Amino acid sequence: MNNVFVYCEVTEERTIADVSLELVSKGRKLANELGVKLEAIVCGDEIKDIEKMLYPYGVDVINYAKDSRLFPYQTLPHFSIVTKLFQDNKPEIALFGATSVGRDLAPRIASYLRTGLTADCTSLEIGNHTENKTGKEYKNLLYQIRPAFGGNIIATIVNPDNRPQMATVREGVMKKEIYDNSHKGIINFLKVEDYVKNDDFCIKIIERHIEQQKINIKGAQIIVCGGYGMGSKENFNLIHQLAEVIQGEVGATRAAVDAGMCEHERQIGQTGVTVRPKLYIACGVSGAVQHRAGMQESSKIISINTDPKAPINSIADYTIIGDVMEVLPKMIKYYKANTK
Amino acid sequence: MSFRIIVLAKQVPDTRNVGKDAMKEDGTVNRAALPAIFNPEDLNALEMALNIKDNIKDATISIITMGPSRAAEIVREAMYRGADNGVVVSDRKVAGSDTLATSYTISQAIKKMGKFDIVIAGRQAIDGDTAQVGPQTAEKIDCPQITYAEEVVGVNDKNIKIKRRLERGIEVVESSYPCLITVHGSAKQCRSRHAKRLMKFKLAKSNSELQELGQDYSEIWNERPYLKIEEWSAADIMAEDNRLGLTGSPTKVKKIENVVLTQKESKVITSKDEEINDLMKELISSHIIG
Repeated sequence: MNNVFVYCEVTEERTIADVSLELVSKGRKLANELGVKLEAIVCGDEIKDIEKMLYPYGVDVINYAKDSRLFPYQTLPHFSIVTKLFQDNKPEIALFGATSVGRDLAPRIASYLRTGLTADCTSLEIGNHTENKTGKEYKNLLYQIRPAFGGNIIATIVNPDNRPQMATVREGVMKKEIYDNSHKGIINFLKVEDYVKNDDFCIKIIERHIEQQKINIKGAQIIVCGGYGMGSKENFNLIHQLAEVIQGEVGATRAAVDAGMCEHERQIGQTGVTVRPKLYIACGVSGAVQHRAGMQESSKIISINTDPKAPINSIADYTIIGDVMEVLPKMIKYYKANTK
Repeated sequence: MSFRIIVLAKQVPDTRNVGKDAMKEDGTVNRAALPAIFNPEDLNALEMALNIKDNIKDATISIITMGPSRAAEIVREAMYRGADNGVVVSDRKVAGSDTLATSYTISQAIKKMGKFDIVIAGRQAIDGDTAQVGPQTAEKIDCPQITYAEEVVGVNDKNIKIKRRLERGIEVVESSYPCLITVHGSAKQCRSRHAKRLMKFKLAKSNSELQELGQDYSEIWNERPYLKIEEWSAADIMAEDNRLGLTGSPTKVKKIENVVLTQKESKVITSKDEEINDLMKELISSHIIG
């Protein structure tokens, strides 16, 4: 069986993006299960300490295309490199971050290689499969698991006959884990001119403003999350107030973000960030499966909702049946009065 | 030579307003219970196309949609808002397509249209949220792609400048033609229907729609050809059958599960002062907060 490949994104600071390290961590586990090697693909300019950044996460081979034209990311040059590398190496599995880079690049590659691609997976597993019609059996396929259709169902997708089996995963969904600090691999410098044509640079980047990440709810220990049930942007201020008082971060559901109550950077769930805080307070959150996918591993969950039947309550440790506009001020008041 | 813009649009079930009867007992989706709408980001795409048309002399906008014959509804809707014509790619053979088979079908339809300058689509459809069909189509028609477009910063008949919306910022890129653009939901909302266009195009129909109504349009179409919403089959777009529908889809759905909630033991309290105070006290004393 062939290897597992992870496309690694390069940040403005010339580090490997967190989402890619998370995928490398997952890729290592999949590779171990399959008994194959884990390979990373990095396309960028000068990246210092690239080996130190990747080997501890279990990377066996770094395929490094180093060329000043390869940063910032552009579709066609990166596409040409990755497709040729895949044609030469025939990966079993290829993983990409579900970011504006991965979601731009992966589908174009999948189309060229005529293989399957599953977006925004929330879980990846190895398992067997029997094709219903033909009875043909497949060993060790990648189960690509994601909520579908407005989150009413969870679908397990397989790609039995085509390779690589490709999937994208959002930041924060997989855990970034050091595999072995003394793990060593090899680095394979790609001869860029063998991969990229001049025509690949036909789109000109004429302006670029990328900000440092200001909001980082992924690492927060306490999150106060507001849902559509908050009712308005004004009411949503109470979420900020409670979060500030108990030193937590503010999160929001997709419905609340879509309704303009909160900025998108704070969206928690399948199409937002996945969080695992010590305490998660869900305020006016009904608990659609896409949202739960992004927070159900929180250690303690408190739900505040007027609806006793809200799905979020069933995964909550505490359910407060009541109006958030009434409950939140009481929580703030008690906390202020009883802590220094 | 006129400037041709093709807009890819999809009619989708409104998954944002899923009611209780959206799922059948066997766990499959009850599409009939969901209203069918113009995919929201495809409307942003249509607006961007109209904006380009406003700036380029003799530009025309054609809609391509793939789906059941009722998808002619969104072609008509696009005509009311400023599109010139449209086609529904409809065939039983395309049922069950994943994104790869869908992009193949759409790219065949684009090729049948002949010369084009820009293809514009919404970034993603709300019933799948995959954002894959745009880039896959771009690969198949062999043209560069500009994804996550938010605004046309400048456009003429030689090239276009697009502002892209990324996670932590923006990027402005310039491309010549042909190119494919996918439009982000943060782009300008689509203009509303135009009263004159509504009058002009409300009789626009596809063959299937006429069959259903039992009407004959041959004379009307002779006089007013713009009232014809084209319908293309797999054969019309010269598609290879083994690349369509379920057969042409490498991804297979192995299993679909209804979402089952594993019931945690949840302590239920009310909003009475003392109950909330007790909870807060417990959280503070167990050092979860404070």
